[in-house]
Amino acid sequence: MKKTLTILRHEFRQTIRTRSFILLTMALPLLLVLGYSIYQGVQQRSQPGTEEVEIGYVDHTGEFDDYTSQSDILLVPYPDEDKARDALLAEDIEEYFVIPTDYISSGAITRYTTETEVEVPSRTINAMAAFLRSNMLSEQVSSEVLERTQHPLSLFSFKLDESGEISPAQKEVAAFLVPIAFAFIFYFALVFSAGSLLQSVTEEKENRVIEIILSSVSPRQLLAGKVLGLGAAGLLQIAVWLLTVRVFSQVASANIPAFSGVSISWGLLGWGVLYFSLGYLLFAALYAGVGAVSSNAREAQSWSAIVIMPAVLPMVLSSLIVTNTEGAVSRALTFFPITAPTLAMMRLANETVPGWELALSLAVMVAAVVLTMWAAAKIFRAYLLMYGKRPGLKEIFRYVTVS
Amino acid sequence: MDVNTVEVSKVNKSFKGVKVVNDISFNVERGEILGMVGPNGAGKTTTIRMLMDIIKPDAGEIKVLGRPLNEEAKNRIGYLPEERGLYRKITVSQSLAYLAALKNMDTVRAQERAAALLERVGMAQHKGKKTEELSRGMGQIVQFIATILHDPELVVLDEPFSGLDPVNTELLKELVSELRTQGKSIILSSHVMNQVEELCDRVLMIHKGEAVLYGRLTDIKARYRNNSVFLECDRFEEAPRGVVGSKNHGRYVELFLDSQVLPQEILSALVEKGITIHRFEVSTPSLNEIFIQVVKERQ
Repeated sequence: MKKTLTILRHEFRQTIRTRSFILLTMALPLLLVLGYSIYQGVQQRSQPGTEEVEIGYVDHTGEFDDYTSQSDILLVPYPDEDKARDALLAEDIEEYFVIPTDYISSGAITRYTTETEVEVPSRTINAMAAFLRSNMLSEQVSSEVLERTQHPLSLFSFKLDESGEISPAQKEVAAFLVPIAFAFIFYFALVFSAGSLLQSVTEEKENRVIEIILSSVSPRQLLAGKVLGLGAAGLLQIAVWLLTVRVFSQVASANIPAFSGVSISWGLLGWGVLYFSLGYLLFAALYAGVGAVSSNAREAQSWSAIVIMPAVLPMVLSSLIVTNTEGAVSRALTFFPITAPTLAMMRLANETVPGWELALSLAVMVAAVVLTMWAAAKIFRAYLLMYGKRPGLKEIFRYVTVS
Repeated sequence: MDVNTVEVSKVNKSFKGVKVVNDISFNVERGEILGMVGPNGAGKTTTIRMLMDIIKPDAGEIKVLGRPLNEEAKNRIGYLPEERGLYRKITVSQSLAYLAALKNMDTVRAQERAAALLERVGMAQHKGKKTEELSRGMGQIVQFIATILHDPELVVLDEPFSGLDPVNTELLKELVSELRTQGKSIILSSHVMNQVEELCDRVLMIHKGEAVLYGRLTDIKARYRNNSVFLECDRFEEAPRGVVGSKNHGRYVELFLDSQVLPQEILSALVEKGITIHRFEVSTPSLNEIFIQVVKERQ
């Protein structure tokens, strides 16, 4: 027990000191801070404040002379295009547009600006449209109707379930972000932490330290110490990430309209830690087995790629999963050990998953962890000291099942 | 207290139907060096790994420090495997500290002893270096220090001299002798038999998984002596009585003696004749020669 702790401490310290661990752990907080700063910067540039912008216009129909103040845009009439052009070049106005005599039949408006722009700013278009619309309708409808035409609808959208009841509010785009974020976080955390285990095992094999270690501890102690030590490092990493995501979601939902309503509860984080732990133990056992039978790191890498292939599924299918969390695919993957942690988190992020489904997925995970750990311990003992030829799959299988 | 640090009886091991170790039995007495010699692939390393409980024997019994190997006993054994190395990315003192901690050694004591041992081998200035920065020979010396750092009662050295230069080989031999002086029991395995014979008290010779010779080195040498002497002198005309044959080796001659005659009788006969003797040596076969002879006899 004491030796397991010694190994645990050694592995934990060695891992959290590596450059790759520090960089990867800090990457998410840094990226989010960077992204948020860029968003803030863009917001400030695109909102020049409350300063009124003046836009000139030349009206050849003589019909448009009212409603010249549209929110923060002031429309200034000019008698002819030469005058308007001079005003634009003198920077009295930002831009100007021309309403031709056949406007009512053609709808054609020509606009002139000195700016280089990818597209016409929407607030300019909105202001021009409101100005034109108001002038055309003012004589024919009441002021209430006129007001309504500016904002024809405030939309409330509901989803009905099979019985015709209104189910919880329809998802917004932002609600998909949390599950996808979880899919990525879980994938990277699991692959990295289990990957460090693989590296640690193959390194001791390649260094030929392994036999010295085995003269002091049993293979079981070594496996336990490594799995727990690197697991602790992985847990530290995912804790940093989950907290980052939670803090970010709070800041973002308050300040970025697209993120409004995004929230990550402590309960969800709790599930995250639980599912990460189980997922890690499963991956760790698989990787430990791979590490024990491979004679060098390169060989181990290619084998581990095959093992983790299914783990990529939730990311590949993420759009299908988030739009249809109760579909057959989502459910099936919740009960498949390798994808269960990611899937469960993607679903939990957005809805309440039925209790029996969670219980089943946890039970499947625990069973898979126990089984693979048991097999890994056996493989560990048998193959750790084999340096030359890698044993065949059949041989390994026979060894694990028979003896 | 038990006299024997290690007791191995009738141990067998097969890999995929091939017998690698066949009915080997031996003891290691307290305070002695047992040389385990034999060619590559004879089964030495497999025997040692079974002794260290790294692989399980198919049959037979192994007792270390009085009982089947347990974790407590592992802390009292130092093992230098044939396949050995060190962590490349951490420093010499970090490596030593971790390996000592795995033997349940107190951290402070481990540091003190590591410093003293590094000082002893003249490597004190390298303790902060990563092992990948050390030369191969230095790395091997550090591995040896890791083996004895926790002051074990039993030290098992599997091919300790392989890959060492003459200077480091001498250093390691000195260190092994020091261990014996301290009363440690030592198993020294090597396929270069002449390299270990000067160190060993007793020898276990293994060939194709079987123990072909086992006993005190002096007894074995006496048994395989071919009763001859080497003589180098200014003039040699007539062989003294008791000499049944001679062979000229150029600078010296080898005299084969009658089984009734002792070497000192030949020596005094030569002295009486007034011959100036440069060298007179009772021939003892080397372990290599004994091994070759044993293998021939068995065929």
